[in-house]
Amino acid sequence: MTGSQFGVFGIDPWWLVLLKVLAIFVMLVLLTLFTIWWERRVVSRMQNRIGPNRVGPFGLLQSLMDGFKLALKEEIIPKAAHLGVYWIAPVISATAAFLAFAVIPFGPTVSIFGVETPLQLTDFPVSVLYVLAIASIGIYGIVLAGWSSGSTYPLLGGLRSSAQMISYEIAMGMSFVAVFLYAGSMSTSEIITAQEPIWFAVILLPSFLIYVTSMVGETNRAPFDLPEAEGELVGGFHTEYSSLKFALFFLAEYINMVTVSALATTLFLGGWLAPWPISLWESANTGWWPLLWWLIKVQIFIFVFIWLRATLPRLRYDQFMKFGWKVLIPASIIWIMIVAAARVLRNDIEFSNRQLLIAGAVVIAVLLIGSWFAQGALDRREAARKLIREEIESRPYDPMAGGFPVPPMPGQQAVLTTRRSNNPVVQQEAIDG
Amino acid sequence: MTEVNLGEEIVFWFSGGLAVLGALGLILSRKAVHSALWVALTMINLAVLYITNSAPFLGMVQVVVYTGAVMMLFLFVLMVVGVDSSDSLIETLKGQRLVAIVLAVGLAILLVAGIGAGLTDVVPVGLDEANGVDGGNVQGIARLLFTDYLVAFEVTSALLITAALGAMVLAHRERWLPRASQEELSKARFISTGHPGNLPSSGTYARHNAVDTPALLPDGSPSAQSIPGPLVARGDVRPVDHHEVEQIESLGGGSK
Repeated sequence: MTGSQFGVFGIDPWWLVLLKVLAIFVMLVLLTLFTIWWERRVVSRMQNRIGPNRVGPFGLLQSLMDGFKLALKEEIIPKAAHLGVYWIAPVISATAAFLAFAVIPFGPTVSIFGVETPLQLTDFPVSVLYVLAIASIGIYGIVLAGWSSGSTYPLLGGLRSSAQMISYEIAMGMSFVAVFLYAGSMSTSEIITAQEPIWFAVILLPSFLIYVTSMVGETNRAPFDLPEAEGELVGGFHTEYSSLKFALFFLAEYINMVTVSALATTLFLGGWLAPWPISLWESANTGWWPLLWWLIKVQIFIFVFIWLRATLPRLRYDQFMKFGWKVLIPASIIWIMIVAAARVLRNDIEFSNRQLLIAGAVVIAVLLIGSWFAQGALDRREAARKLIREEIESRPYDPMAGGFPVPPMPGQQAVLTTRRSNNPVVQQEAIDG
Repeated sequence: MTEVNLGEEIVFWFSGGLAVLGALGLILSRKAVHSALWVALTMINLAVLYITNSAPFLGMVQVVVYTGAVMMLFLFVLMVVGVDSSDSLIETLKGQRLVAIVLAVGLAILLVAGIGAGLTDVVPVGLDEANGVDGGNVQGIARLLFTDYLVAFEVTSALLITAALGAMVLAHRERWLPRASQEELSKARFISTGHPGNLPSSGTYARHNAVDTPALLPDGSPSAQSIPGPLVARGDVRPVDHHEVEQIESLGGGSK
């Protein structure tokens, strides 16, 4: 594309490009099969079960067998479905999931059959934006699946997911900005080389946390899996899908998990760069070793996904949206302002470390005083709540509040029921004989 | 970089064709939702054309912005026009469709002839300088936006912020009372005359367990709450076969 800086990309012979495409495809499919098995085993362990352990060693072939079974099942298409759109929705979903991996770097330049080439399909100046663009195309698969099913629950699931992914994409995009500022580039390979001394997860910790949160929302995974909340929407957007079409959605969800994990690794955890104790070993970042570091980092993120799913209950929809719009997005904006201001102060204006420290101290002092006032307001609110609570507790207990039996509130005394044998007068009479 | 190579030509005819197809689909589809989808196809193909024309940033922004915009369009169609709306085939103005087609084809011929004739032998100039002078396409756009066109950029952003604020003000609802807490809502549910929790589920028997079968209360009478309202309104409730119930009870040796 543009000349010099991306010289190592776009010059591969055609057979090498095909080989890389094939390798990425096979790797993603295998990773999906592995992740499904891994998720089932980990969740089982966290729930004191054993999980699939029959097919193949440790049950590793279980998801392969499940995949065969799924593909051979009967396909049921609802009569009300809009056929063309219904057919293309899973295709969009799965295609977009695969496409995003074209710009993910797996390692440095290696030699494949005598050709020196980077372990990355391609790269260009805006490849992180490319991932964002592909993700927003992937949303179409889900929304169209929901709409074209001609059924209520899928429609609701599809709409939920479009609102969710659009909202969380904003926070996600904003968490990239600080990385772009520090790396001075939007290309994935350059972002990795910019993390050579220290990972961006360390110096840009807030961005990292915001990204990790929004990537869970972006992939529709627990605790943010509202588009397929089975308690509310049956299966959400894929309720009316079966057989291979459902398998495509399944595949897309797991590939998306790997994609966002790989992007997090690329942007914040140094991509294929070796982690600290290993990086002391001289050839840790050469040859094929980086592929291993990359895989380990991605697997750590996937484990976090599974861990979250096993641990957290699903959020309520309004709480989830409120969290996205009122917490994540403002927090990212403030953080970008701080990062940008700090960059300008360091690069353009001659600021000594001493002056920066003084400025930092002033900011901290302002925050401390502000938090003192905020704490005062919180205390007053808490006191008011306590008053109301005391007032409620002092009310006599009404066991049939408005017609339905209710238990006493903490602090309230249960009165005896009107049952004759429990009536103190009757009891007294019985004793008196 | 200025001469067109074979790859670029293939991409142009492929994406250009798809973009035109999308535009035609937008006009010709009966369903508003289908039209929105055709727009998405056109936009994505335009983005591909931008990228082949050495404007990768513009191409990516085109995809990000317009897929979001078309999604909004899609949602508005769903909300305002309805899930399954389609155009009526009746012409309100007689002969309007024919006139429109003739005019559109005429305009297309004029544009293709005019622009095509004007641009056949044009050699693009300065593309490499524009993309190379600041070290890349993105850097070039950034420098232009934040130096020469800063005022225009800021005015545009102010306009967009005003629009967003306007939408918020128009959609804003003043809250007269504080928002009811979960505790208050649950209390209100108990005090109201309705049913506070889940309604009883339908009856589950040896031979019938569909939603049209009412559950039986302890005294043997059917519970009206266990049947969905629409079924009751349609008269689709399966009557309880008391004879059968007694028969089954007698089989179990239950005393009545």
